[in-house]
Amino acid sequence: MPKQKAEAIVNKKGIMRAVTRIAHEILERNAGAETLVIIGILTRGANIASRIAEKINEIEGIEVPVGLMDINLYRDDVHSKLDQPIIQRTEILFDIQDRNVILVDDVLFTGRTIRAALDQIIDFGRPRSIQLAVLVDRGHRELPIRPDYVGKNIPTSKDDRVLVRLDKVDDEENVKIEKAGLKTRAKAKTKKGGEGE
Amino acid sequence: MKLKSPHLLGLENMSREEIALILDTAVSFREIIERPIKKVPTLRGITVLNLFYEPSTRTRISFELAEKRLSADTISFSKSTSSVQKGESLRDTVQNIEAMKINMVVIRHSSPGAPHYLTHCIDSQVINAGDGSHEHPTQALLDMFTIRQKYGTLDGLRVVLIGDVKHSRVVRSNIWGLKTMGASVAVCGPSTLLPYEVEKFGVDVYTDVDEAIDGADVVNIMRIQLERQQAGLFPSQREYTNLFGITSERLKLLNKNYTVMHPGPMNRGVEITSDVADGNASVILEQVTNGQAVRMAVLFLLSGKKEEEA
Repeated sequence: MPKQKAEAIVNKKGIMRAVTRIAHEILERNAGAETLVIIGILTRGANIASRIAEKINEIEGIEVPVGLMDINLYRDDVHSKLDQPIIQRTEILFDIQDRNVILVDDVLFTGRTIRAALDQIIDFGRPRSIQLAVLVDRGHRELPIRPDYVGKNIPTSKDDRVLVRLDKVDDEENVKIEKAGLKTRAKAKTKKGGEGE
Repeated sequence: MKLKSPHLLGLENMSREEIALILDTAVSFREIIERPIKKVPTLRGITVLNLFYEPSTRTRISFELAEKRLSADTISFSKSTSSVQKGESLRDTVQNIEAMKINMVVIRHSSPGAPHYLTHCIDSQVINAGDGSHEHPTQALLDMFTIRQKYGTLDGLRVVLIGDVKHSRVVRSNIWGLKTMGASVAVCGPSTLLPYEVEKFGVDVYTDVDEAIDGADVVNIMRIQLERQQAGLFPSQREYTNLFGITSERLKLLNKNYTVMHPGPMNRGVEITSDVADGNASVILEQVTNGQAVRMAVLFLLSGKKEEEA
């Protein structure tokens, strides 16, 4: 059965511009970078997080601390999936007490990943605020979660797959949608490979 | 990738990929111990019974803490204060406790095969915390984790296990695990404390400790049980110490970046001297900390959904 080709919605330049705009918005809303720390959700969220930090450094000349987080231990479905997720190492080497945390992920979908991330961050201390930055918002929230900074809003149907590819993680850089309507893959259920929640 | 068996009974039949999965997962859990709040909600709602029929400090507390830090509910059982004193059997004990709806049992027992026996009479998952002289898989896993932490790999390393090989479950699990991971393994002890045909494990065998440790990367020292001396298996404690005790003098002959390990508890001055135990080459306390991470990894990996339930 021929697979429907995934179309690129955002290309490499588009991603770069989105990151630049998000960095500016973050600085505007927080009146500078002094109070900020950035935490990226592994794997691609962490990649985007360090790009945002780089941009902020370019603009304001301030190095904002960047941490990475594996949220799999806080998921609400960690025992109901047949394939256990591989747990990667969380690294948050700074104090988040009273700081504005910018939480970064690649795709915002049902909101469950972000819920898990919020619970995990709170276990590290009491931040002044947590603000959410995502590269793509694809709708279909199942929890009351909303982003503060969005790269691109992409309307999708629930069975579509949104694939974010980033240099250093993958061999290309773009955002693609793989439209639903393919019967074969049971894999679509297990949310691997860049699928946000 | 997941573990093939719902239980952890030993390392004899565990594949390289499974051992690597446990060690890799333990790296991520090691970080949780350094957090201000040393807790993740992963095993919430799961109840674990720690069934210890033999005394234990490290293993028992390590498992209890690992379970609590994963937010599981834990209950510990000690033979001396239980109805085993009234003659209740192992099977009745565990089935009665299982009737209170538990999910996992961590068992330490003096009879080899006790954990295997349990898997046939209860529904809960079973983790072997030491069964007689047979296996102590989590100890060997944390030993391998510690070695890998220092050297980056286990392939090609030379590991020498010294002591009462005949009665040691730690040695057996280590032999199986280390060989699967590509290390070269030697055992050393007085001939009365070496099992018959031990070379069939695929290990080099020595009764001279200086020969044994020559060229070793890791020296893992087992406690000598004083009861064995009572049974006439070696003439005196002092003689054991003279011939097999690991001292800094002996280790001077190793001219490399070697490591000293001991599963604990130590008889200071018998199989190991204090300066070695507390010296720079010793990773004995790291072993204990790593034991936490390894046990958390094991509990997590075993808690995944099983094929039949999908």
